[in-house]
Amino acid sequence: MNVAEKTRFIERDSLIGKRIVKMDAPEKIEGKTRYIHDISLPGQLHGKILRSARVHARIKCIDVSAARALPGVHAVITAADLPHQRPIGVARDHFPLKGDKVRSQRDEIAAVAADTEEIATQALKLIKVEYEDLPILSDPRDALRPGAVLIHPEPQFAGAGQEQLKKGAPVAYTGKSDNVAMRFDYGHGDVAQGEAESDVVVEDTFQLHYVTHCCMGVSGIIAEFDASGNLLMYSNTQVPFLHKREFADYLDMDPARIRIIQPPIGGGFGSKLDIYPFEVICVFLAKAARRPVKLLFTREEEFLASPTRQPVLLTLRSGCKKDGTLTFRQVNTLHDNGAYTSWGATTPFVMMQTFSSLYRVPHCDYHTVAVYTNNPYAGSFRGYGNLQATFAIEQHMDMLAEAIGMDPFEFRLKNAQEAGEVTGQGMSFKSCGFKDCLNTVATRSDYQGKRKANEAQQKAPGAIKRGIGMASMLHVGGGAKIYPSDGCGTILKLDDFAHVTLITGASEIGQGSETVLSQLVCEELGLPMSAVTVVNNDTAITPWDVGVHASRTTFIAGNSAIGAAKKAKIKILAAAAKKFECAESDLDLRGGWVIKAGTGEALIDLPRLLRSLHFTDKAELVMTTFYYEPPSVHQDKGYKGDVSAAYAWATQAVEVEVDTETGIVRMVKVTAAHDVGRVLNRLGIEGQIEGGMVMGQGYALTENLMIENGVMKNPNFRDYKLVTAPEIPEMDISFIESMDGEGPQGAKGVGEAPAICIAAATANAIYNATGVRMFGLPFTPERVYRALHGEAEKLSWKPQ
Amino acid sequence: MSLMHDIDFTLNGVRRSATVRVDMSALDMLRDVVGLTGTKYGCGEGECGACTVLVDGLSVNSCLMFAVDCDGREVVTIEGLVEDPASTRAAALRDAFVGHGAVQCGFCTPGMMVQASHLLDKHPHADEAGIKRGIEGNICRCTGYKKIVDAIVDVSRQERGAGK
Repeated sequence: MNVAEKTRFIERDSLIGKRIVKMDAPEKIEGKTRYIHDISLPGQLHGKILRSARVHARIKCIDVSAARALPGVHAVITAADLPHQRPIGVARDHFPLKGDKVRSQRDEIAAVAADTEEIATQALKLIKVEYEDLPILSDPRDALRPGAVLIHPEPQFAGAGQEQLKKGAPVAYTGKSDNVAMRFDYGHGDVAQGEAESDVVVEDTFQLHYVTHCCMGVSGIIAEFDASGNLLMYSNTQVPFLHKREFADYLDMDPARIRIIQPPIGGGFGSKLDIYPFEVICVFLAKAARRPVKLLFTREEEFLASPTRQPVLLTLRSGCKKDGTLTFRQVNTLHDNGAYTSWGATTPFVMMQTFSSLYRVPHCDYHTVAVYTNNPYAGSFRGYGNLQATFAIEQHMDMLAEAIGMDPFEFRLKNAQEAGEVTGQGMSFKSCGFKDCLNTVATRSDYQGKRKANEAQQKAPGAIKRGIGMASMLHVGGGAKIYPSDGCGTILKLDDFAHVTLITGASEIGQGSETVLSQLVCEELGLPMSAVTVVNNDTAITPWDVGVHASRTTFIAGNSAIGAAKKAKIKILAAAAKKFECAESDLDLRGGWVIKAGTGEALIDLPRLLRSLHFTDKAELVMTTFYYEPPSVHQDKGYKGDVSAAYAWATQAVEVEVDTETGIVRMVKVTAAHDVGRVLNRLGIEGQIEGGMVMGQGYALTENLMIENGVMKNPNFRDYKLVTAPEIPEMDISFIESMDGEGPQGAKGVGEAPAICIAAATANAIYNATGVRMFGLPFTPERVYRALHGEAEKLSWKPQ
Repeated sequence: MSLMHDIDFTLNGVRRSATVRVDMSALDMLRDVVGLTGTKYGCGEGECGACTVLVDGLSVNSCLMFAVDCDGREVVTIEGLVEDPASTRAAALRDAFVGHGAVQCGFCTPGMMVQASHLLDKHPHADEAGIKRGIEGNICRCTGYKKIVDAIVDVSRQERGAGK
């Protein structure tokens, strides 16, 4: 057909910084998304776990005979049935099913697979366990005292004759003669010299409490073995490729025979970074029953048996000169590890970055110990120790400023890091918008004016006092080099309609990775968002990725997606250049067309070009792969050096109203400025920051997992108070675009950042309102009321 | 063994019957007997709102309602709400939730949608504070609520603008 076509010109149009709607939003809204809870396999059985009735006890005997005899029960397993059980977790100190001892309330003793959940529940009730109680260690301060109850004193062997280490995970745990789960010791400079140079020194003890993730979708897994013995797991894990490898170790299987599919996940926030007993147990049930087994938690179980944010006792000494120059910092922390070791024990690794490098500190010394107790064990949670560290550091910044009579904002500005700086810890800040964050928040919130006005009103009549407080944070924003690789792979496929299938290793947990990755690909290839389908949830298909953690996905998976798209673009332009007999550099892709780069003149629509490529003798499909590994290296043994390719910065000012008659603190407004490198999807990034700030609000004001003598007192949403819609503050969010040289389109990670400052800023705001400083979280009405009336609880802890 | 009971009710506009255990919740019936999984289990104690459905026009935590109590009633789930061609409100809410970025992990979203629809039904003139109170029983852990509230406020304004 030879119809004379009018010459078309296509204007340049960028997707970067636009409000791009989340690709899976419509199906989620309509209830069509199939989460793990919504999936049923033919022949599927239901798994349930019997947990300990005691906090710390020797198991004398377990009788499962009545449970096994119950009609509809297909399998009942205990440690005795699993001689090949191996210890799991970060320190390999945790056997999924406990045979000798229970060490916390959550401990797994037996598990059942049955035709229905009801039968499985009934079967659990028929299992008889005899215990011999042991003394309970519930206060971490007692853990290192001479004569303390030991949590893991004896070696544990999963089965007789298993002493030899086989390939893969250890089969035994050697036991410990003390309660130390992990230690970190860090230092730069000479703290004694720093102290000698100080005009002012302050020292305080801070107490950080237990909170938990409360993902709306409870934990669950479906495990099934096929006829050849290959294992398929439907899993909510945030780290499918690490999971696959570790499961292979624990099960003594070839990793190639393990496949993990991640259905859409009902919230992560760091809770799904480790392997947990329920996952291993479900696999064993599937093996024993020779049927697919689905195991879902109840909400109560989700509270009892999920990891927590790690509770910390923290003693901080800080000093400065009269002119406002920081001189030194000395920090000791005691982490309540709980009964087993998960990622919580490693949060000091992140905390030390805040101590050493948020501000310029010439001398810094940090010692921490995580101790075993009979309490719930701590895992990773959005912010990863940084909420705890920032809570102390940012209160001390206010206190030092007050001691030398300087405005807290000016004091921060004087000590703030800048681009180009290499810190005492050896972290190098290539892009750094910290001072812009400080200035933006101070201006937009009228911090200095309000702070003075509020302070003047402290003694005025009236029960309601208003306060403003500021805090800042530093967090990894370009991946985190804690594994041998921090990379992500992408496979990009263009079909002959110019539709892109983006196959990425990156996991989606609600944060919007599928949308931002598609956006980056479309930006390179000049395509609309509707041209992309994302495949991101099946280890049999997707390329390797380290997992969704450390605010890394936009940065790492984003660079990987761009890399694959650039390769595809080169292929396409080379073919077009040949066709139009010009140089590749004369051409570009825009609006689904190959265009003349200079004028925007449309030359050929992409589908036609792509078809012409493969309907020829020298047929070619446009498919590319790319693997991105950020240019960061492991720190040395003294924790010196960079851990991330880029760092994110933020400042937040919180305004509160304190009712001095009731102790109720109302969060009125948060003014935030975040150095995000560059805004990619404005809608998505606002959502991350708003959600993170409200999570921080819960940490500061309402959430408190109450543990007494190892027993959780409030495992439900009635007594564990999450923030609800009427309580949210007004939010004023600014973005500082520092354009990171390594970031995808200049962007840096942001997922964890917004939750980190809120508690610290709230403490400073309460002080501004009332003149009373709060050293322990959360700021519940009772705690605030007592503090206002001179009855603040004494936080006694001396580092040993 | 549990006692079973036959019930007869209208689900998303279609009359149907079901045989259910007497101790079964309406939530479990919808998910496990009927097979509509848009209604979510979040807590089983009426605290989170993920299981919100409409029963005779009232919003209800289906985890707290016995399945047998659906007998003779009209039940609407998220599936019925969004598939009702007559409901311009459901379509407007859906578009507003998408456009305002009110969805992240999405697990609370179906319950939030049902509650938002009910809220605008009962309180067409609710202001922002009223809308926040109206979704107080629905917990969202991802979004910080702001974009959800913005979406509902937007639909409320559209409806009033259209003279409703």
